[in-house]
Amino acid sequence: MSAENSSVTDMTKAHIGGHRPPLQFELKASYVSLFGMSCGPRRDGACLAQIKEVEEITLVSNEKAGTITTAEPTIEKETQSEEELDLPWQVVVHNDPVNLMSYVTMVFQRVFGYPRERAERHMLEVHHNGRSILWSGMRERAELYVQQLHGYLLLATLEKAG
Amino acid sequence: MCSNCTVTFCSRHWKKQVDMDICRRKSVIEISELDPFLAELLRQIPASANPDGAPAAEQRIFSPPIKGKATEFCAEWKMYVEPELRRLFQSATETVATDLEQLNGNEKSLGNRTLRIPAKHSDAWLSALNQARIVIAAKNKFTENELNDHCHSPIGSRRDLSLFQVNFYGFLQEFILRELRS
Repeated sequence: MSAENSSVTDMTKAHIGGHRPPLQFELKASYVSLFGMSCGPRRDGACLAQIKEVEEITLVSNEKAGTITTAEPTIEKETQSEEELDLPWQVVVHNDPVNLMSYVTMVFQRVFGYPRERAERHMLEVHHNGRSILWSGMRERAELYVQQLHGYLLLATLEKAG
Repeated sequence: MCSNCTVTFCSRHWKKQVDMDICRRKSVIEISELDPFLAELLRQIPASANPDGAPAAEQRIFSPPIKGKATEFCAEWKMYVEPELRRLFQSATETVATDLEQLNGNEKSLGNRTLRIPAKHSDAWLSALNQARIVIAAKNKFTENELNDHCHSPIGSRRDLSLFQVNFYGFLQEFILRELRS
């Protein structure tokens, strides 16, 4: 499907590595609409997120009465536990004596959209402790952040929490 | 907002002070009263930012995205992300090199020149200055103590000059950052 192709392009930009099938979109007609989206799983257990939503709409035509009755949609949601969602990937920034403190603060503000105070807190954590966890969440996004940070020449790595 | 930078450098045989003024005028950052020595340091930004031939610098500029063993991931990063980063860095240094053409000419004409940097080139300058500082520091293996010694003097060796270069580029970065904030 064309929707699948465009999604694959988007995901390729955001994701490097792994052996994960691309995004899958399914649309089954008619009257019953099933929309499924999944990204994952990786072989190394990196990303697994699935949202299934089943929406059923039944249209009943009453020719005699000349009216249309729309039944209430039934929404079924399947969610998975956080462990299965594999959320805890961390973006870690490491200390680097060359980068200026003001520059690092600006980069944190730009990349993560953090307010100045929070960006400074992370910068000082990097400076004093040698590293700071800037963000944690889905692997794809974490990879994108690391790439952006490398674009600003910061020493950043991707780490699995725990 | 204007800043004046007075630089003192000396060797065993001589001592000299050099000045420059750096100001923000509307959409331009203007560096005026530029001493030939500082002008030459500015002209060296694009060349200094090039890590080619220096594995330590190359390794620092294109640092691994993950610690430990993740060879497959690192290989893919090298294949897909590094070329993009290379293009990004090159684009920044090319923009800076174009701005620096204002300083081209013979040595005499370099005396007290003015360099005008369009404010929209600020990001390119920040990137190129950062690349240059990182490459120089990696090539010379400067320690944190050396890098924090902003009053290091005198300039008696190539290494001292490189350290001065890192600090001078840092000063420019600070000014540009301050302008971006304001």
